[in-house]
Amino acid sequence: MKQTITPLLSLQALTVGYVTSVGSNILFENLDLGLNAGELTCFMGPNGIGKSTLIRTLAGLQTPLAGTVRHAGALLPSGQKSNGPLPQLTSVVLTDKVTSVQMNVRELVSFGRYPYLGWNITLSRDDKDKVEAALAEVHIQHLASHRLFELSDGQLQMVMIARALAQETPVILLDEPTAHLDLNNRVEVMNLLRRLARKLDKAILIATHELDLALQTADLIWLAGREKTLITGMPEDLVLSGVFDEVFQFKGYNLKTGRVQHEAYRGKAVSVSGHGHALLWTKNALERNGFEVISAPSGLYIEVVGVDDATTWVLQDGNTFHSLRALLAHLP
Amino acid sequence: MRLNGKKSWILLPFLLGLLFVVNLGLGSVNIPPGAILSILTGHESANPVWHDIVWDFRMTKALTCLLAGSALSIAGLQMQTLFRNALAGPDVLGLSSGASLAVSLVFMSQAAGLHLFSTPGPWTVAGTASLGCFGVFFIVILIAQRLRDNTSLLIIGLMLGAATSSLVSVLQFLSKPEEQQSYMLWTFGSLGRLNWTEIKVLTIILVSAGLMTLFSTKALNGWLLGDHYAQSIGINLNRSRFIILFSTSVLTGGVTAFCGPIAFVGLAVPHLTKLIVKTHNHKILIPAVAVAGAALMLFCDIMTQLPGQAYVLPINAITAMIGAPVVIWIIIKAKRLAV
Repeated sequence: MKQTITPLLSLQALTVGYVTSVGSNILFENLDLGLNAGELTCFMGPNGIGKSTLIRTLAGLQTPLAGTVRHAGALLPSGQKSNGPLPQLTSVVLTDKVTSVQMNVRELVSFGRYPYLGWNITLSRDDKDKVEAALAEVHIQHLASHRLFELSDGQLQMVMIARALAQETPVILLDEPTAHLDLNNRVEVMNLLRRLARKLDKAILIATHELDLALQTADLIWLAGREKTLITGMPEDLVLSGVFDEVFQFKGYNLKTGRVQHEAYRGKAVSVSGHGHALLWTKNALERNGFEVISAPSGLYIEVVGVDDATTWVLQDGNTFHSLRALLAHLP
Repeated sequence: MRLNGKKSWILLPFLLGLLFVVNLGLGSVNIPPGAILSILTGHESANPVWHDIVWDFRMTKALTCLLAGSALSIAGLQMQTLFRNALAGPDVLGLSSGASLAVSLVFMSQAAGLHLFSTPGPWTVAGTASLGCFGVFFIVILIAQRLRDNTSLLIIGLMLGAATSSLVSVLQFLSKPEEQQSYMLWTFGSLGRLNWTEIKVLTIILVSAGLMTLFSTKALNGWLLGDHYAQSIGINLNRSRFIILFSTSVLTGGVTAFCGPIAFVGLAVPHLTKLIVKTHNHKILIPAVAVAGAALMLFCDIMTQLPGQAYVLPINAITAMIGAPVVIWIIIKAKRLAV
């Protein structure tokens, strides 16, 4: 990966937080980072650490306490309240609920064109084409005339992403875009953003606390540490260096294997032979139920025969089972 | 089958025209429709008194209905959008209460130990009501600059309204019955008090405020998404909020000054309109709400004359009597109110 390219958005000595009546509450201090074109960056950290605040500051919706957010070309100086968001450079997908549920999808996506329209908001042919293109990009053309209350959470999130795309900004910032979505929708949203970053050469930043998805889709991770700083790196590097374990303080989860750790409370060892997914899930079931799975043959020995949908389990005494549940019920 | 926004929109002006004509035709003096038509087209009528009645009473009243209905409805729409609250109306900022306080001060100044005006004329009342509205408006704006949150602003508006209303009660308690009565009459609202000069003044005031609202079309649409999204698509929050609050104050204050505190229309009309014109887009909503508000006001005014030739009921008694069941019916039918 070439690091010589100029980032589309860079943070220069940026300090982020709130000014309250008793002084300023600093959430992140002195950040020097950048977002590159074509890259998906996941901004991770525990809840409440200030992810939304940083996203809003980067979007110009909130004034930084110090430092600057520089766009390739434009500058957002600190302390100047008049200098707010740059709607032609940054678009956002926030956690704010859109309450106008009677609005239809196409109308909502059209809001993306507002930075380019005058006071009487007349969409030109070109604007309309761009709205349709944004709908097509996230594959929701079929929803275009649906009203918002008819949509599922996952569909609504797609619409909000289409709205950001219609804004045609080089940088897109998303705050928890996968929150409240089921696994399928979460994967779909992440894959979509991944593809958009590559295909349209955009710099995309996603604030999320969903580790598994971020590790598998992000080009770069910004990890909120404890010292009001951000640790950055490729996901794999951060896993191997143990930085994640330090920040998240996992309880019973082994990040390097990607497995939840179980206590072998039965005090019994069992060895299993077989192959493929069937072997993997057999081990999973045994470990969850308190057996220690070892490789050397011991007293208990199970052979996994066949694969996937036609699997049987044969115990060393010759008993044969057709489901793991039956097998476990039989085991001492 | 649902009519799309543009088609059903055509019905409203027709309804408005019809109600306007019916409104002109009704009154305590029975004038045949043919005579009204010839008077309106500039012909001399058989009875010169009819000419005066049609032009100086019925026409002024019908025009006042148009102005007041449109202005209050646009004000209500703006408040519902800005606060993203279906229950907001032109009076949520406490403007009407401010006007009431100022007017009650005039009517009951004796009780307060002041002798400002012996017999308050219409201009005095209008001027005082405007001052009251603007007094509250400036308090609201001062607070709005400190608070960035619209919900807090809404609550503060309601609190200001409650506080001024309680001051009015104190004044009422202290004042003589006859002073109370002239104040009570003012609070009933009246559409028939304006002469042509007053109508011209009110028209200029309301049309300028209405133009400000039109200028805010983009911002109003943006506010529907909430303040963060609005800002992210280039809406200047502070400026647009100021313009929206200012035009709402002028619209509400102008009507309250000349017609008294007319309740309910501003709250109900945006909901009624959205039932017919199914859109969120203020480019369509603003004119639609103005037309619907004028039509409802004309209708309510017609209803005030129904009990018989002898009485005319106060307009405020009618607006809520008609409006409340309609809004309840809408909520039950639509299961929800959309902002």
